[in-house]
Amino acid sequence: MNDFAQSAQTAIGLIVHADAALLHTVLLSLGVSGAACLLASGFGLVAGAWLAVARFPGHRTLVMLINTLLALPSVVVGLAVYLLLSRSGPLGAWGILFTPGAMVIAQTILVFPVVAALSRQLVGDSLRDGGDQLRSMGAGPLTCALLMLVHDRWAVVTLLLTAFGRAIAEVGAVMIVGGNIAGSTRVMTTAIALETSKGDLPLALALGLVLLAVVGAINALIALAQRGGHRGSALAGVR
Amino acid sequence: MTSATKGSPLLAIADVSVRFGDAQALRGVSLQIARGESIALVGANGSGKTTLLRLLHGLVAHRGERRVLDPQARQVMVFQRPFMLRLSVWNNLRVALWLAGVPRAEHSVRAAQALQRVGLAHLRDRPARALSGGESQRLALARAWVVRPQLLFLDEPTASLDPSAKKEIEALLEGFSRDGITLVMSTHNLGQAKRLATRVVYLDRGELRADLPTAEFFGDEIGGRAALFLKGELSWTLD
Repeated sequence: MNDFAQSAQTAIGLIVHADAALLHTVLLSLGVSGAACLLASGFGLVAGAWLAVARFPGHRTLVMLINTLLALPSVVVGLAVYLLLSRSGPLGAWGILFTPGAMVIAQTILVFPVVAALSRQLVGDSLRDGGDQLRSMGAGPLTCALLMLVHDRWAVVTLLLTAFGRAIAEVGAVMIVGGNIAGSTRVMTTAIALETSKGDLPLALALGLVLLAVVGAINALIALAQRGGHRGSALAGVR
Repeated sequence: MTSATKGSPLLAIADVSVRFGDAQALRGVSLQIARGESIALVGANGSGKTTLLRLLHGLVAHRGERRVLDPQARQVMVFQRPFMLRLSVWNNLRVALWLAGVPRAEHSVRAAQALQRVGLAHLRDRPARALSGGESQRLALARAWVVRPQLLFLDEPTASLDPSAKKEIEALLEGFSRDGITLVMSTHNLGQAKRLATRVVYLDRGELRADLPTAEFFGDEIGGRAALFLKGELSWTLD
């Protein structure tokens, strides 16, 4: 119990005093996970929309594969990206191993199946409701699917928050491809892992609380933005 | 019983059948639609009215021939429960115009005209899914009319509306018909068929049993199951 109390005190102290190293770590965490989510959502939303309407041999297998990748272990992704980016790997010439760039690639791969699988489900459900209407108006299959992403935009935001949560909370991939280098590739989760291994449990826990606070603040901001959209949906539900 | 056609032909189906799993929804139906007609599809529940409408519009896989005789003629369908995107009334119309390939410069004028026509100009900024049933149906008609269709399919356009909303929708449909839009609607309301249609097509258990000018269909000479249907004596258990 003392550890928890001490951790909370330390966390508040770290936030209040705006510790420079902590600020860097937080900003790097947000930057890496934010960039990974941006990339993954760019590819993942289109892929999910396409999978919702495309029909081809092997479609079911591909959908099953993407659904399976939802449980992709982050250390496996880290290892795969490490092998790709290491000097002897096929992408070794890029020279980005142990840089934030490598961490972004790893988290993008980790988060892509989340965005693709959930958006496919979302679009598929909406198409059952209104797909014929959109087709009747002249929309092609992919246009129907993309319009459904606009239709369900607030659910898409929630989906992206889920993806962001998966990215910012993972430690395995960024540890392997980033190397946890202080001031360079150290993010919140790798810092927590390091402090835990050093035995400084209160500091590790405090960092965890800071991470939660940061993510909570982002969620609160997005929830505020969503309120307007949900108001319209709620009214529709009354009808 | 002969097909009552006038004007140039728009669409024809010949010996068309539709199957959903084990259920035979339509069997050997042939029909031709000519410009300027107002056709009512009538029949008991499960007789195949909606399937025939969707088939005519090109939304259903089928056996047999479906020919669009005037490829230039734009066709739109208004569904029994119109699907509205989670956008404003105004933007739903703009999406329809965009999908129909109408030049962007014409969007505002056309959308304003459509809202004026259906009496929803004061609700242009309202979320489309927050409209009442009658308003939603009027918006669906505006969304159809805004793209200047030559052929309009309507699936039970006044189902579950109160009498005053029904009257408004019928008035709009009469106006569309006067403008030269060809109407094909399914309805349970025989009074509505009498008021709006120039031709009545009677379906029974997926088969076309009568295709007559309205006056003849509701005249004394009609016999068989169509006569029983008109008397309200045709139940689903009757052979």
